[in-house]
Amino acid sequence: MKKLITIMLWILFSSLGFSQEKKNEQKKDTTKLEEVVIKTRRKLSSYRQEKTLSSIDDYLEKSNNVTMIKRGNYAWEPTINNMVSDRLVVTIDGMQIFGACTDKMDPITSYVDVSNLEKVTVGSGQEGTENGHCVGGGIDLQLPTSKFNESGLKTSADLGYETNGNFIATGLDLEYSGQKFFISADGIFRKSENYDAGNNLEVLYSQFQKYNISLQSGYKISENHSVDANIIYDRATDVGYPALPMDVSLAEALITSFTHNYKPEDKALKTLETKLYFNTITHIMDDTKRPDVPIRMDMPGWSDTFGFYSKADVLKGKHHFTFNLNGFYNKSLAEMTMFSNNPNEPDMFMYTWPDIRTLYSGIFVKDDWHFADGKSLSSSVRLGYHTNRIAKEVGVESLQIFHPNIDDQQSRFLMSLASSYNIKKEDSNIAFGLGYGERAPSVSEGYGFFLFNSFDNYDYIGNPNLKNEKALEANFSFSKTYDKFKIGLESSYFYIMDYIIGDIAQNVSSMTIGANGVRVYTALDNASIFDVYVNSSYTISARFSVNGTVGYNYGKGSNSENLPLIRPFSYFAELNYNKPKFNASLQLDGNGNQSNYSSFYGENETASYAILNLNLGNAFYGEKGRTILKYGIENILDANYSTYADWNNIPRQGRNFYINISYVFP
Amino acid sequence: MKLKYILPLVLLVLVFSCSTDDDDNTNPVNEVEGLLLVKEIVNGNQTIELFNKKGMFETGYNEISIRLKDNTTDTYYEDAILSWMPIMQMPTMQHSCPKSAITKADGKDTVYKGFIIYQMTNIDSSGWSLTLDYTIDGMDYSVTETINVMQYENQNVASFMASDDSRYILALIEPKDPSIAINEMKVGLFKMQNMMTFPVVEDYTIALDPRMPGMGNHSSPNNTDLTYNSVDNFYFGDLSLTMTGYWKLNLKLMNSGDEVLKGEDVTEENEASSLYLELEF
Repeated sequence: MKKLITIMLWILFSSLGFSQEKKNEQKKDTTKLEEVVIKTRRKLSSYRQEKTLSSIDDYLEKSNNVTMIKRGNYAWEPTINNMVSDRLVVTIDGMQIFGACTDKMDPITSYVDVSNLEKVTVGSGQEGTENGHCVGGGIDLQLPTSKFNESGLKTSADLGYETNGNFIATGLDLEYSGQKFFISADGIFRKSENYDAGNNLEVLYSQFQKYNISLQSGYKISENHSVDANIIYDRATDVGYPALPMDVSLAEALITSFTHNYKPEDKALKTLETKLYFNTITHIMDDTKRPDVPIRMDMPGWSDTFGFYSKADVLKGKHHFTFNLNGFYNKSLAEMTMFSNNPNEPDMFMYTWPDIRTLYSGIFVKDDWHFADGKSLSSSVRLGYHTNRIAKEVGVESLQIFHPNIDDQQSRFLMSLASSYNIKKEDSNIAFGLGYGERAPSVSEGYGFFLFNSFDNYDYIGNPNLKNEKALEANFSFSKTYDKFKIGLESSYFYIMDYIIGDIAQNVSSMTIGANGVRVYTALDNASIFDVYVNSSYTISARFSVNGTVGYNYGKGSNSENLPLIRPFSYFAELNYNKPKFNASLQLDGNGNQSNYSSFYGENETASYAILNLNLGNAFYGEKGRTILKYGIENILDANYSTYADWNNIPRQGRNFYINISYVFP
Repeated sequence: MKLKYILPLVLLVLVFSCSTDDDDNTNPVNEVEGLLLVKEIVNGNQTIELFNKKGMFETGYNEISIRLKDNTTDTYYEDAILSWMPIMQMPTMQHSCPKSAITKADGKDTVYKGFIIYQMTNIDSSGWSLTLDYTIDGMDYSVTETINVMQYENQNVASFMASDDSRYILALIEPKDPSIAINEMKVGLFKMQNMMTFPVVEDYTIALDPRMPGMGNHSSPNNTDLTYNSVDNFYFGDLSLTMTGYWKLNLKLMNSGDEVLKGEDVTEENEASSLYLELEF
């Protein structure tokens, strides 16, 4: 089999070269998503995927710079440019929202579903700072906007089944659009049992169950003014995390917003959008389903965020300005109770996030200047003021055990600058960008107290005295089209100063039973991260096309140690067949051996792997509605494998047959 | 409103407030506020009142407030001289325990203060008696009364034979109200010179290693060994507690020549020192 893969690869890449289409826009898909059977105005994302019902996680994973860290079959943590969530800003339609789990078991992407979203915008590096400060990049999960196009009532239903894990998913959408009034409601339910890795090995505690409902309503006050309100309720229960010692009995989010839109006519100001929002998350981690634990624990966490933003688009001459004024207030609290095995001893308790209040306000300005035909200069700046406060006195005192000189409050000024120069020609595209960004430490990095990291088996202690992490960034992309052949290259380099990472505290004994010790967050003098992707596509005939991507990533700290969670050499190749109402694709996806792993940060070497997937899609149009059928086989050869991004090397799904049916009522 | 209406009102208020002031003057300040009565010992014309925070004696360190009442006038003596002697009656012998002198409490007129460290008690809390000697206006009095000493739930006092063939008593005094923080730890260390005499031991060192046996016997960072403070004759050190629950404070007693007199290091094999105190919160 390996030989076959090698040969396939060789054929693909020797004849075609490597290429990666760089889309100037931040919205990223892999090229294969361009052949879409149906494009609907709404929920573009879900129909453009192989599976109409695949999760946001699956969707994001298709993007080049994004990989998903998996601790189980649910709630994957996105990384951009090999940087994890602390270095990213993940927002829902510009709204700040923060997970309530100290162990990153609830990335924000787990609290929305594809049915809630219109599109996902991924911005690499400082391109992602529209909604907040980051080093690695930003992800904005965008909600649909109200449409007053009098299309009346539209209904669609989705149904999906997958053999591996006996997974079912079902969704229902209703939408009514009138002249002045818009309402849409959708619900989705997903449930999976334990999945099987290759060779039918059951992965215990990989089950999950969730539902998500959302309601959106809009009213057009006048020709220029409209308002809309949006509520999303997401509730996951019985979520297993095979890579972790604990599961989740409840992850619940309520996400609400109220938006005012102003669209004047014939003015430089094109749109002015103002949103007020509130969201609250409850996350209950427990271990009641695990038969053998050294000690029973409960670890609940809560995160509440209030905020606003006001965003304006101004077109003036050859300039396109974007302004974004935003602010939020977050309250993060998490605690841990350990139930003593000795009934005579009291339960043990601590605050793992001692009620941290974060207040941020900032402004973002971006100018897209199309100064000549096909040439543009895009520059942005974000300035912000960020304050953390420890609201619980016991939180200050407990952190003073490790850091005697801390106050309950810490304020920072944050800055981000980015500029990129683009030259667009008919058959080629070149972009070159430079950026500088700063970020404040996350709540865990700043204030976590004995957060167990099962990846390196250390307890982590936050450090309120951390300096801002700063990054200098350069990126380059290039693409060229020769008739039927397209080749592209995309690369970024980050030089990160005061790179925040845990350092072993000598002679401090771990709290968690069996842990190796304690690490306190400190900063490396600097770290470097580099990535490059080359992508190519070739249109063989009207029906057949191929495309492929190879990627290389590198990350090293100033202590000469490899950084953890750096993607090894990766490749992806796809053969597509398209005709009206039918499409098929055969995919090869693999990683090379992870030789530059970071044993210093608890990583071990992950072996190379390759898997084959087959995806098929049919569309049926009729008077009784439209049906879209997507079906296929993932991991056809039932390989038992895990990737560098699988927490504690939990194996991924083995062979999986799936089928999704979407029905749109006429 | 017119002045003629206001004026009587103002006068009324003034008169009323004056009368309340009068009431205050006749009320004596309660100098034992916040304390509970442990025991009342009547001795002829005097009554001795013993108070502390909990209203009972327990094994370990007991801070005691004392008042001496003249039963004939129902007033408290302000210039008495008091001393005390707690005695434990054992089947074959009797012994005392570490205690302080009794002194006038700071800023109080009628309250005297001191401490007693009961190192043990009988299961039914019996066995102890307290003799109080006091002098009022040049006259000496003495009274002895049995007292109840309850067993404290944790080991807050250790009585042990050390390698120098001396018996020592070590009692936990602070933290009384521990928190997840670096707490100031205060202990009293006394040598049993004979059955009745327990002088303070000076200039030893007590090594500290707090552990949580219920959670893998983990320790905590940035503790310091306890050292002697000659101002108040106790030992002080930093005790860091990283979570609530049951903590075993493993100790090692070293004399001024750094020789270990009692206690061992906690290691993988040795879960606890033979010298320890306990804490729960």
